[in-house]
Amino acid sequence: MSYDVLLLGLAGVLASAGPVVFASIGEAISERAGVINLSMNGLILLSAMGGFAAALATGSVVLGFLGGAAIGGAVAAIVAFSSITLKQSQVAVGFVLTLLCRDLSYFLGNPIMGLPGPRISLAPLPFLGGIPLLGPLFFRQDVMTYLSFALIAVAWLFIYRTRPGLVLRGIGEKPAAAYARGANVGGLRYLYTILGGAIAGLAGPMYSLSIKAGWKGTISGLDGIGWIALAITIFGGWSPFKVALGAYLFAFLQWLGLVLQAALPGVPSQVLQVAPFPLMILTLLFVNLGNAEWVATALARLPERPRRALAKLLRAVNAKPPAALGAPFEKD
Amino acid sequence: MLIELRDICKTFGPVRANAGISIEVAPASILGILGENGAGKSTLMKILSGFQEPDSGSIVLDGEAATIRSPADALARGIGMLHQDPLDFPPLKLVDDLILGSRGRLRPDRRRTAREFRELAARFDFDLDPEAYVDALTVGERQQLEILRLLWLGARALILDEPTTGISLPQKEKLFATIRRLASEGMTVLFVSHKLEDVESLCDRAVVLRQGLLAGSADPPFDTKRLVEMMFGKEVPQAPHLRIPGGGEVLSARGLCLDSLRLQIKGLDLSVKAGEVVGLAGMEGSGQAIFLASCAGLERAVAGSVRIEEREMTSRSHHDYKREGVAYLPAARLEEGLVPGLSLEEHFILAQGTRGLFIDRKAAEIEAESRIAAYNIKGRPDSMVESLSGGNQQRALLALLRDDLSLILVEHPTRGLDIESTIYIWSKLKERCAKGTAIVFISSDLDEILQYSDRVLVFFAGKVSPPIGAESLGVEELGRLIGGKGWESFEEAPRA
Amino acid sequence: MRESPGLKPLFRAAAVILALVLTTLVLLATKSPPLAAYASIVRGAVGTWSVASDVVVAWVPLLLVTSGLLVTFTVGLWNIGIEGQITFGAVFATWALRSFQAPVLGGSLDPGLAIALAVLAGMAGGMLWAMLVGALKTFGGVNEIFGGLGLNYVATAVNLWLIFGPWKRPGVASMSGTVPFDRSLWLPTVTERSRFAPIAVALAVVGIAVVFVLIQGTYFGLRLKAVGKNPRAAYLLGIPTWQYTMVSFALCGLFAGLAGAVQVTAVYHRLIPSISSGYGYMGLMVSMLVNYSAAIAAPVALFFAALNVGSIQLPITLKLDSSLAGVLQGTLVLFVLLAEGARARLMKKGGSRP
Repeated sequence: MSYDVLLLGLAGVLASAGPVVFASIGEAISERAGVINLSMNGLILLSAMGGFAAALATGSVVLGFLGGAAIGGAVAAIVAFSSITLKQSQVAVGFVLTLLCRDLSYFLGNPIMGLPGPRISLAPLPFLGGIPLLGPLFFRQDVMTYLSFALIAVAWLFIYRTRPGLVLRGIGEKPAAAYARGANVGGLRYLYTILGGAIAGLAGPMYSLSIKAGWKGTISGLDGIGWIALAITIFGGWSPFKVALGAYLFAFLQWLGLVLQAALPGVPSQVLQVAPFPLMILTLLFVNLGNAEWVATALARLPERPRRALAKLLRAVNAKPPAALGAPFEKD
Repeated sequence: MLIELRDICKTFGPVRANAGISIEVAPASILGILGENGAGKSTLMKILSGFQEPDSGSIVLDGEAATIRSPADALARGIGMLHQDPLDFPPLKLVDDLILGSRGRLRPDRRRTAREFRELAARFDFDLDPEAYVDALTVGERQQLEILRLLWLGARALILDEPTTGISLPQKEKLFATIRRLASEGMTVLFVSHKLEDVESLCDRAVVLRQGLLAGSADPPFDTKRLVEMMFGKEVPQAPHLRIPGGGEVLSARGLCLDSLRLQIKGLDLSVKAGEVVGLAGMEGSGQAIFLASCAGLERAVAGSVRIEEREMTSRSHHDYKREGVAYLPAARLEEGLVPGLSLEEHFILAQGTRGLFIDRKAAEIEAESRIAAYNIKGRPDSMVESLSGGNQQRALLALLRDDLSLILVEHPTRGLDIESTIYIWSKLKERCAKGTAIVFISSDLDEILQYSDRVLVFFAGKVSPPIGAESLGVEELGRLIGGKGWESFEEAPRA
Repeated sequence: MRESPGLKPLFRAAAVILALVLTTLVLLATKSPPLAAYASIVRGAVGTWSVASDVVVAWVPLLLVTSGLLVTFTVGLWNIGIEGQITFGAVFATWALRSFQAPVLGGSLDPGLAIALAVLAGMAGGMLWAMLVGALKTFGGVNEIFGGLGLNYVATAVNLWLIFGPWKRPGVASMSGTVPFDRSLWLPTVTERSRFAPIAVALAVVGIAVVFVLIQGTYFGLRLKAVGKNPRAAYLLGIPTWQYTMVSFALCGLFAGLAGAVQVTAVYHRLIPSISSGYGYMGLMVSMLVNYSAAIAAPVALFFAALNVGSIQLPITLKLDSSLAGVLQGTLVLFVLLAEGARARLMKKGGSRP
């Protein structure tokens, strides 16, 4: 493979990971507040269809993306209402919504299926695009991919460097303590769940308005992109940089699979196509073993120095969920 | 800050947690608040710190009436509370824990906060690194962090709820030095505890709560006897104690060492004979619960052995213990003992084990009715267990027990029950003793401990007394032991 | 219990009405005539004997799957991996039939026996795949939702690989699946051309009845309920909770595998890429809708099957996508969920708080 083709391929990896970055980081925000949005797979489909429809109707790609975000936020609002106010099972409502959104996207999208529509185009940056190696990789992408890069940084800054970001971490970790410090736990959970959904809602139009232009009824390439995004959120420890790393790793493996398929005709294509999923199970296994109860109790028993050192080590590979994830918050 | 609580009342359902309590706390002073479990201390402090609102009564701060609706409200007025399990955030850095919830710019100035943190910490000689993570701290250090945070936010009154549970002696001494220093600088301190020695050595004044009322107050020099009397009530002449002739050894714990996040039990020895009743006394969280659980196979011992009727059971599962005739009745009746959503009849079916494939509903109903009658449960076979009153739930738990048990381990058998139910429950338990079943029970009620036990073990911060004969134990002495006093005699004398 | 008995059906009715309203709005949004759409669905489901029998054919796997899911739901599990379990059942059944085809045609093996064995093989396949999810959960702490999902995709991949690889049609591999089996290996149907196999229907009906009796009438079922409602108390009462979890997965897998085997032997007579046809997810929805109780599972499953079959005509008659059925089903379950939550919240506000 020539150097140029390789670079092009890797640039494509960064671009194709864009939607996953949006979805996973959006979900990470929602889960950090304590609410799981299991409808991600359906949400992405619906926002892809809806965003495309909006762009088709208005001729504006921008409105298309905004439409996708609005749809994502609306679906997340249902999840929020059901979980926070009605205190129903987050799994149940998320699962129903994932199927419902999928069917809605097929039904409502039927008339526009296969139609050509607006696409966003590549927007190479004037000076930066010329830098050797980094240029072709990072700076000759489309606007949304640039936004995905920015999102990683902005999300990280928000969560780890601002006051409201601290509060976000607090309400997902120990809502009782956050409440004791004056946080409006319920209201903030609504805010972040909907915000997370809106960000994830940008992923769908990234498919229908750029990479795989048009609404074709599925997100071709991989049927379960939403589920993968959910798993990447866990794998990335709910932290924007690590989550993004997971997304890029996943896109890279997909690309690798395509490349290898040509090189290894003996291996059936399905194996490479479906490889992300057993990988997902394996990573979840690995993550769970590091979270076992006995680790925490054993740690508490150690004398000071080794305990501090070990805690630091564990934190590096940490993937501990926000402690209050999935649990409704009662004031007393 | 001068704090006045005037006639505070708070009721939870049938329980009157605070029945008109009035207390005054002067600035620059340390007030000790004593009382046994359920006396109303924590409710009162929750009201002062904003976690609860009183049903009636008022709070007056520095002469002005104050309505405190939330913890944030309380803190805005300068009242901060240090909880027994500090409300902090394990995955955060110390400096972030401080910043969370405080007001300020979008981007907090972490460097300045860290600097202020270090200065404050140095003032009180706390060895805390703002860049360290909360989950790496010990309980004592988390307390220090929370105190620092409350000070940083401008607290002028500090409520400390059982702060010396689970911290080491040097940490306690540092805590006390900190408190004394804060008080001398003008802080109003409320020190809630059940540990007599702590209150006696630290506080300028002490008040005692009992059953929702203010039982009395005391000034130094403190008279322990009087304090105990106020906490637990006067001595009641004991009913003559029926001693069941001893049988074979049912439970034997030797050199048992148990570990939890908060405390460690080392080298516990106990031998319980058939038909005997052993009471485990002490404030909650002193180690009784974990010991009781280990006798049922629900907790793993770090070292030592547990034997049931001569059989080595130390690492076996709870179901193995059940097979050996051990039963465990948890205190949380609805959360751990019964299944909400299933009826009484269904519970009896479950407790009996399988008899073939299909349930004979008719027979089950008859069986349920007979059990309900035998245990005087106010309910029908098809009553859902969550609809039963506490007393009836406890009777149901008893009714689920097999007839031929060798050992019954019960956590708080009569907590929250009225007198009638209490007497009934114990009559049923005593019936089993007469048949040779041994009973080990936990209770916070001293009268219950003294009335029904043959021997008593007292737990205090993981220390366990040797078994003491109940006839030779009085309320006052038991109260002192629970409060942590009088343990020296055990350390000197050879083990019983 | 203190609640007024009339309240629950009231909320349920409200949920159904809201679902219809929303679906009608969706139809209006695509500028389609709602009444015509509903009429088309009805006609598509019961208009002719042919479609009516198709409804029953669709009902069978759905009911089987629902029966199995009711077991896992009773014990408190979200067996989302059900789709993969159906697929694996189909795969195993296909493998069995392929192995038996030669001896049957040669006369050394009774075709009825061959089919029966294939069905059993399918049940075994589903059971194994389900127990894999169970093992991941019990021993690896992997949430059964993610474990099940991942294994769903793996099962699909295995299915595709077999269809396009070792089991492909001679010549060109085709999306229409493997080589169809000889007629002697088809589950007997009412007429030569219909897909309505009375045996399959009988299996489904017996299946739901078995699950109903199992949960309501046996010690096993009562213990399942206890584990599902309060695992800690169940453990203290002497129930080996993790074993009951594993057995539930196994049972559900059995039903799923049976459904897959029925699809292979009675409906398609070969292995096709979408052999599970979404019945697994639909079964989850039916279970949620009947609030996890077996009593009304059969009629509700029939209703769902009718919706599905009825909407097949929509693309032809009204140029609408057949996913309208899914929209109806989804909104129904969603609103029932929300109504239940609203009712519980209103009840709590009325009662006393500790």
